[in-house]
Amino acid sequence: MEPRTSAAICGMGHSMKRKEDPRFIRGQGHYVDDIKLPGMLHMDIVRSPYAHAKILAIHTEKALAIPGVLAVITGETLKGFNLHWMPTLMSDTQMVLPVEKVMYQAQEVAAVIATDRYIAADGVEAVEVEYEPLPVVVDPKKALEPGAPVLRTDKAGKTDNHIWHWETGDRAATERAFAEADVTVKQDMYIPRIHVASIETCGCVADFNKTDTHLTVYMTTQAPHAIRTVFALVAGHVGLSEEKIRVISPDLGGGFGGKVPVYPGYVIAVAASVVIGKPIKWVEDRMENLQADSFARDYHMTAELAAKKDGTMTALRIKTLADHGYADAAANPSKFPAGLFSICTGSYDIKTAFTEMDAAYTNKPPGGVAYRCSFRVTEAVHAIERVTDVLAAELKMDPAELRFKNFIQADKFPYKSALGWEYDSGNYKAALEKAMERIGYAELRREQAEKRAKGELMGIGICSFTEIVGAGPSKDFDILGIKMFDSAEIRIHPTGKAIARFGTKSQGQGHETTYAQIVAEELGIPAAHIQVEEGDTDTAPYGLGTYASRSTPTAGAAAAVAARKIRDKAKKIAAYLLEVSEDDLEWEPGKFSVKGAPQKSKTIQELAFAAYTNHPPGMEAGLEAVDYYDPPNLTFPFGSYICVVDIDRGTGEVKVRRFLAIDDCGNIINPMIVDGQIHGGLSMGLAPALFEEISYDESGNISGGSFMDYLVPTAMETPNWETGKTVTPCPHHPLGAKGVGESATVGAPPAIVNAVVDALSHLGVRHIEIPMTPEKVWNILREKGVAE
Amino acid sequence: MAQHQIQVKVNGTDHKAEVESRLLLVHLLRETLSMTGTHIGCDTTHCGACTVLLDGVPVKSCTVLAVQADGREVTTVEGLEKDGKLHAIQDGFWQEHGLQCGFCTPGMMLTSAALLANNPDPSEAQIRQAISGNLCRCTGYVNIIKSVQYAAAKLRPEAG
Repeated sequence: MEPRTSAAICGMGHSMKRKEDPRFIRGQGHYVDDIKLPGMLHMDIVRSPYAHAKILAIHTEKALAIPGVLAVITGETLKGFNLHWMPTLMSDTQMVLPVEKVMYQAQEVAAVIATDRYIAADGVEAVEVEYEPLPVVVDPKKALEPGAPVLRTDKAGKTDNHIWHWETGDRAATERAFAEADVTVKQDMYIPRIHVASIETCGCVADFNKTDTHLTVYMTTQAPHAIRTVFALVAGHVGLSEEKIRVISPDLGGGFGGKVPVYPGYVIAVAASVVIGKPIKWVEDRMENLQADSFARDYHMTAELAAKKDGTMTALRIKTLADHGYADAAANPSKFPAGLFSICTGSYDIKTAFTEMDAAYTNKPPGGVAYRCSFRVTEAVHAIERVTDVLAAELKMDPAELRFKNFIQADKFPYKSALGWEYDSGNYKAALEKAMERIGYAELRREQAEKRAKGELMGIGICSFTEIVGAGPSKDFDILGIKMFDSAEIRIHPTGKAIARFGTKSQGQGHETTYAQIVAEELGIPAAHIQVEEGDTDTAPYGLGTYASRSTPTAGAAAAVAARKIRDKAKKIAAYLLEVSEDDLEWEPGKFSVKGAPQKSKTIQELAFAAYTNHPPGMEAGLEAVDYYDPPNLTFPFGSYICVVDIDRGTGEVKVRRFLAIDDCGNIINPMIVDGQIHGGLSMGLAPALFEEISYDESGNISGGSFMDYLVPTAMETPNWETGKTVTPCPHHPLGAKGVGESATVGAPPAIVNAVVDALSHLGVRHIEIPMTPEKVWNILREKGVAE
Repeated sequence: MAQHQIQVKVNGTDHKAEVESRLLLVHLLRETLSMTGTHIGCDTTHCGACTVLLDGVPVKSCTVLAVQADGREVTTVEGLEKDGKLHAIQDGFWQEHGLQCGFCTPGMMLTSAALLANNPDPSEAQIRQAISGNLCRCTGYVNIIKSVQYAAAKLRPEAG
């Protein structure tokens, strides 16, 4: 699509260089740990070495004796304010600091406040805690067995570790379809616990002013407005009132969902600042970040497909068990405790489906939040794209052919899925055809056959995913009751420049650039003249924040709608100044002119000046608008990915030789940024497929709790990503855009697994669990007698 | 804890400081000298967000004591721009979309600048090897490699 605006205006479709970069490349970004306030104190946290233990005593005397240590805050301190527990976003509860027992290794036990961070760390070392270890439950299946120790003894009447049960679809019809099917396949899968590991960890500076009782919290949060409301609701009883709470989310060094939750550290820092009356800084270190912050996945699945002999899929059935740790602290929309897993029918026209999902408590940190995909979409796509390949193997069909046979056809949109979603638009066949042509699929299959004949292991994997993002329509989507709209407020200054503020918060996605381009597209004001601000609850309009690829679908739409409101008013001013009726005017980016007399025109800059200096009688002065955008539907980005791997028979190492991603995210605002988002997303798909895992031994000891053993891919392991696109506009979004941040993270893992399984399919291998480490693959090679 | 008088030249300017033995170089830069462009991303010397040049060699300043920098020269991200003109590596990262959140960027640029100082025409494999001690979670490295190549081309004499 050719841009509609000139390079000077730089609206949609221009690869504008990012407006935020000049500060970042000079080291002038402003992250939370860069904030230094007068009198600021530092907080560090004492953490539990046990996964489950009674706290018998906490001895703070030695810590308090260290010069510079001012206070040690324990659960008992917070209990005095009734702040030792807090609600989660899923209407569960979690501890801020424990009074009776700890529930996971690395849980916060006490906090030391000191004059500098070294002394705070000394204080942590000096706090002595006496524990009595309790039986540990780390396996959610065992957690649900009768007789398992009940973990949430704080909940009156709780007799097991079951959290919730959730079903979608038609159970009876699905059972019938399976009974009548020519072919059925079934595959167990486990998606391990992983961590976003944004390079900046989490932290805050809490600054309570005792005189005017204002609280300012500089905080690593993707959702500052919601956080302000949560603080007001949780701590209203100690005098924090929402109009006196200001949450500022400064530059964020990555988020990926890990900066949505309210972690105990934030709350303790706020409580400490309220009690002491000084600013308190808390910034966690990497080990705390990996060991105690929200994890993602930890999802057990059994997926079954029923089909006719010719490969036509007739029914899908999936059963899942989610390990939520000791509290359900996910961040799903409240009506969707299991997230949007029901997108699991994927890109295929499957008429009948049923899913049932359960969740369990274990002695692990709470979460289930996100890893660049919030609402269990990654798990759903893994299930359908893997079991599709299992079916292809069963039928001895090429996996591409099986996909083409079952794709929802382009003329079937909007498409109502068996599990209730209305897919907005798509052309799945076109995306896969493009991917196969560009990568040379037929040639790769020939090469594979030749290599196989020589004993070499090469595989080709496909994933044709459908995403579901842009939450969401207020009739179904809320978090803690707050509807999931998002917002934009645009003010045009008299000289024709503008400021635009949003309820979202960039963590690297480039909002300062793309939002400016949206306003430029709609108003013809150069994007260079539009200042974008987010993250300060005192100035930005209320919104639910940035996660789940929702910023473009919601706040981006709000920007377009608000800009159009401004254009409508500018048109009235133009009609007044040009002495014609509004109907006689036509718009091109940047100006209104009289139809048939193009020399009679007013630029948006002239109209902005007139809005303050010469506006029509009876009209309010000024040129600004706000929009709270309630999307009519979710958006459904999609894509087809093809991965080519070679496997080393000596070491079991999987080498990704090529990876091509054809993405369709609807209309594109900034192609350079979209490509960058896909590169990053692919890397966060590669990582869990091959490297990353957080696991626990039977005593609940974490492995993968530091960068020593949690293997974030470096430039050495990451392939040279190849990207391409098709464009199927979203029919209901004002700009036709769909959102793109998470597509690649969702789509990449099954493509890689399918490639590795494909490389070994002639040996009878049908499935491999992720991460596909050299050890795991080598053991399979040895078992099959092909290891060198 | 013992205190030490040190003198460190940072981006061409001499700084004197009295520091504890245990003070890390990264905290000397960030806390004592208030130069916050050098970031901290881990505690095991893996992520490279804190990379600075010590006498021209990339080091992870979270694993260097401030006293070890006594009498030596440190270059941080704040020292890349000269006389209002961006270093080629800074320009490369901007032009080639080599950064997203910006947190790994200072360390990544310093590592790359040191590579180019020693090897004006690195291959892609050499660039990947050079930056393998610097983690980026946003970009997938593709555009970082392009950024380094952009800077290399700009710095080569024939580019003028």
